[in-house]
Amino acid sequence: MDPKGPVGQGNRQIIVDATLIMLFIVVPTILLALWMGWRYRASNTKAEYLPYWSFSGRIEAVVWAIPILVIMFLSGEIWIGSHKLDPFRPLESDQKPVEVQVVSLDWRWLFIYPEEGVASVNELVIPAGRPVHFSITSSSVMNTFFVPQLGSMIYAMNGMVSQLHLQADQPGEFRGISGQFSGDGFSDMTFKVRSLPADQYAGWVSATRGAGPVLDQTAYAGLTHQSRDTRPFTFGAVQPDLFNAIATRQAPPGPGPVAQYGRETTPASGEN
Amino acid sequence: MFGKLSWAAVPLHEPIPMITSVVVILILLGVIGWVVAKGHWRYIWDEWITSVDHKRIGIMYILLGAVMLVRGFADAIMMRTQQAAAIGESAGYLPPEHYNQIFSAHGTIMIFFAAMPLVIGMMNYVMPLQLGVRDVAFPTLNSVGFWLTAAGALLVNISLFVGEFARTGWLPYPPLSETTYTPGVGVDYYLWAVQISGIGTLMTGVNLVTTVLKMRAPGMSYLRMPMFCWTTLASNLLIIAVFPILTATLAMLTLDRYFGFHFFTNEAGGNQMMFVNLIWAWGHPEVYILVLPAFGIFSEIFSTFSGKPLFGYRSMVAATLFIVVVSCMVWLHHFFTMGAGPAVNTFFGIASSVIAVGTGVKIYNWIFTMYGGRVRFEVPMLWSMGFLVTFVIGGMTGVLLAIPPADFVTHNSMFLVAHFHNVILGGVVFALFAAIEYWFPKAFGFRLHPGWGKAAFWFAFIGFWVTFTPLYILGLQGMTRRLQHINYPEWAPMLYLSVFGVAILVVGAACQVIQLVVSIRDRDKLRDVTGDPWDGRSMEWATPSPPPMFNFAVIPNVEGEEAYWGIKTRAIETQRLGPEPVYKPIHMPLNSPVGVITAFFASVTGFALIWHIWWLVILGLVCAFAGFVWFAWRDIHEFEIPAEEVARIDRARRAARRAILERLAREQGKPA
Repeated sequence: MDPKGPVGQGNRQIIVDATLIMLFIVVPTILLALWMGWRYRASNTKAEYLPYWSFSGRIEAVVWAIPILVIMFLSGEIWIGSHKLDPFRPLESDQKPVEVQVVSLDWRWLFIYPEEGVASVNELVIPAGRPVHFSITSSSVMNTFFVPQLGSMIYAMNGMVSQLHLQADQPGEFRGISGQFSGDGFSDMTFKVRSLPADQYAGWVSATRGAGPVLDQTAYAGLTHQSRDTRPFTFGAVQPDLFNAIATRQAPPGPGPVAQYGRETTPASGEN
Repeated sequence: MFGKLSWAAVPLHEPIPMITSVVVILILLGVIGWVVAKGHWRYIWDEWITSVDHKRIGIMYILLGAVMLVRGFADAIMMRTQQAAAIGESAGYLPPEHYNQIFSAHGTIMIFFAAMPLVIGMMNYVMPLQLGVRDVAFPTLNSVGFWLTAAGALLVNISLFVGEFARTGWLPYPPLSETTYTPGVGVDYYLWAVQISGIGTLMTGVNLVTTVLKMRAPGMSYLRMPMFCWTTLASNLLIIAVFPILTATLAMLTLDRYFGFHFFTNEAGGNQMMFVNLIWAWGHPEVYILVLPAFGIFSEIFSTFSGKPLFGYRSMVAATLFIVVVSCMVWLHHFFTMGAGPAVNTFFGIASSVIAVGTGVKIYNWIFTMYGGRVRFEVPMLWSMGFLVTFVIGGMTGVLLAIPPADFVTHNSMFLVAHFHNVILGGVVFALFAAIEYWFPKAFGFRLHPGWGKAAFWFAFIGFWVTFTPLYILGLQGMTRRLQHINYPEWAPMLYLSVFGVAILVVGAACQVIQLVVSIRDRDKLRDVTGDPWDGRSMEWATPSPPPMFNFAVIPNVEGEEAYWGIKTRAIETQRLGPEPVYKPIHMPLNSPVGVITAFFASVTGFALIWHIWWLVILGLVCAFAGFVWFAWRDIHEFEIPAEEVARIDRARRAARRAILERLAREQGKPA
């Protein structure tokens, strides 16, 4: 609820608006219920007793009308909000969005920057004030890609690519998580998001490029094994079209665990 | 010989399941030993286990649900304490492979084996009495349905001791639940337990719908039925409509896991999104299967304790049926974040919030039922008032989640967790506690102690809000559900507060237990001799407490809405009961062990399937089938209660009623 970008602000605005609209009805309703019970308590003999009163066309009309009107009002909000904040919809900006390809692993995150030719694990670096276009897939099971302070989340699914557009207005550090339970390492499947000013971002790209290992299909296959090692690291070069190979399952998916006597074994923490 | 089963499947090195299992087994053995030693075995077998009486089956359902509610609550305590203990560097006391089983078991048990049996038990017990009939349409099927549900519950609890339970959440989303990513037996336990109990639920649905449609007392037209019968009908129509979807979906996942099919796999054209769609096409109506009978319970209570008919009865019926239809058109709101596109999201967003219209109307109708009434704040009424306050807020957060752009940041968050506990605890569980309080004297002939009942309500009500308000806040701060370990220490205060709330809830639960014990001890003081302890309005209060096996000596003739209220006011006005009817012998269905036998072999088959013990699968299926054949071939299926016996029981009832009339006359005769 402390958004740092236009999408998050949009989400929050809708939550606040809708809550206020509903509280406008909900609070009087609760008060009416309590008052009604109190006023007509059995010990209050001053209140009139209407043992056969059980219908009033006017009250019926009002009690159907109130929720219908509120929902009509909210429907407008739903209609506009769903279209405006659709995750697939590009953000309005005079700057060209940064392309980032996201792969959820068991239980880490891989970020590929196809235009820059670098990749990182468990650390997402983005330029502040510029929209980012995420293409998201999964190496194995479902996850959701979610940076709460930047806004909307979306599912990562194997064999499919979903789209998300986010933007961080200011430099800063944010948390990224998976919002969909994905197995034993799920709780610590977090990543750091660093939003940097444009020049520092360019500096990070050039420092990363050429340093560290190359991300090709073999290196990717190593990443797909279940691991709870959450330390971030980077790749200095990326095999072109690797993301496409992952999304179309040409690069083999995560192998999962091994079973023993009906009980599963899981790699110990830190094992790669 | 034993498939995948070996001694290694028993978690000897894990203290929590071992100690729990040993305690549970000791209690079970103790109870069985006590029953056998005291010579009660015959009674329990004849009068309960093989009973086809809807009242006995209803009580057994409620007992099963109550025991499972305690089990699910124990899971909940472990979850909340683990989250409070595992913040930052600390790992807590439950490793992920154990914690993940606990939250999966918590959801599965609470929905399938606590809420469903409690709700079905209430419908089973009350609805035939309210309709003025002697039993449900298919009494033996009723018994089969109950025992199959119990078989499912048994399998879930065996998983604690032998093997493991699912670690995939209460709805096992593929591909995580496919053999590649979950090769163990946990998901198989889930599949077979839910599958077996699901068949039982479907049987109950068919049975209760038939009862409402075909078995009403003469004169009990649809628009004269008490509201609870309407919501029972609505809920069971939904069961018939959507439980087959659940069965089919789980069958497809089973084929994937056992025979390498590709319905939901990543490869070979399988599609995980299909599972998510199908499971929620069942899952969302399931919520209304639970909550509609709860609405019926509140309707009965608001009207009875206000001393007035329900306000806007026809409007209530319309709102109920409206919810039935719309509830089947909203499933996509469980996954707005799957990327369906703005048009689809808009449609399902609006459809979901439209349900609030039906619910909103009901809320106002309950409020206006109190208008001009004489509201008695007995324990059931307290739960109902608590429900009104709680449920309205739960409804509000629900509509919030139904707005796609709001859901994009609250999907799968603690906000969602708080929301559905808000409606299921505040709606369904409050209703069930109210209903137990309300109908307990009918079932057992004495009231529950009101003091302890009030204490239980206040602890539960306050405990609920202290537990779940922090979770709403954490959800808005970006905390997602199902975390075994918390990485952000600033969430600690809210998590501690939530544990404190759970402690209050534990006190509330203890009050419930004490209430039961105290009430049994003081049963003579709390005795209900009249059969009508709350000044009720529907037909169940026309019977003595507890009702005789045949419910009504003579099937009543219904002459208006609120059938019993009409009979009662007429008797009070004329100062006498109607003329004594001519008693005839009554034919009642014979008890049958077919339900428990089928369920026993269904459990055996389920267990054998989980562990791949193929010869036992075949043996179990053959025996279960043989049980049915044997049942179908029986010659005598009814027995006769002689007219003198009926007359004896009914004359006692009439004497009690006459005593009330005389007492009322004396009170009116006294100078004011």
